[in-house]
Amino acid sequence: MAIKETELKIPAKVDQLSSVQSFIDGVVEQTGVSMKDSMQISLAVEEIFVNIASYAYQGSDGEAVIKAAIVDDPASIKITFIDSGVPFDPLKKEDPDVTLGVHERDVGGLGIFLTKKTMDDVNYVNQDGKNILTITKNI
Amino acid sequence: MLSIEKKTNGDQLTIALTGRLDTVTASDLEKEVDTSLENVKELIMDFEKLDYISSAGLRILISAQKIMNNNGSMKVINVNESIMEIFEVTGFADILTIE
Repeated sequence: MAIKETELKIPAKVDQLSSVQSFIDGVVEQTGVSMKDSMQISLAVEEIFVNIASYAYQGSDGEAVIKAAIVDDPASIKITFIDSGVPFDPLKKEDPDVTLGVHERDVGGLGIFLTKKTMDDVNYVNQDGKNILTITKNI
Repeated sequence: MLSIEKKTNGDQLTIALTGRLDTVTASDLEKEVDTSLENVKELIMDFEKLDYISSAGLRILISAQKIMNNNGSMKVINVNESIMEIFEVTGFADILTIE
């Protein structure tokens, strides 16, 4: 059950990243999570928002809606990203090989991989023509 | 916000970062990496005051490491616990020299 939910509607542009992070920080701060958890949430938020800003609207203008909820049972922070761009499930992307050395390394795909590794749940649905991606971090 | 402080000592260059290395600020560091490493044999990245790194920042570290593999050596110092965990999850802990 959500104890508290807030919403931000913002142009899907990379230069809005700091506004997105301030919005999320405002929610995360209320929960008193550790610096490590807070950084992992920031990181997941950045990767997902930058993905939407870079690819969802293929160069034309569009919006992203971000909902952040503090939930109990289990205690967690749940953040949902909604855009009306091209259907895209980032979870289908194959994980990068993190055992490769520096010269073989292709760093593409690292962002979503980090998100999957550090969040407790990542879920994608395409519903009513919208991409809806939800991340959950237990706190 | 990211601030970049450079200190040269002979052919050793120390780049100290303060703030957040994210998608927006990574390009500032990329410029430094692209323009400052000529004639540098030892690159030290000081993360003491770096609070945050995203995959965009990791990408620049890989570029710098590739350049320094040819020129000499690179090490990352004063890495905090949160950033260290990101390095571990991504395998960067094995690629980089971290002290």
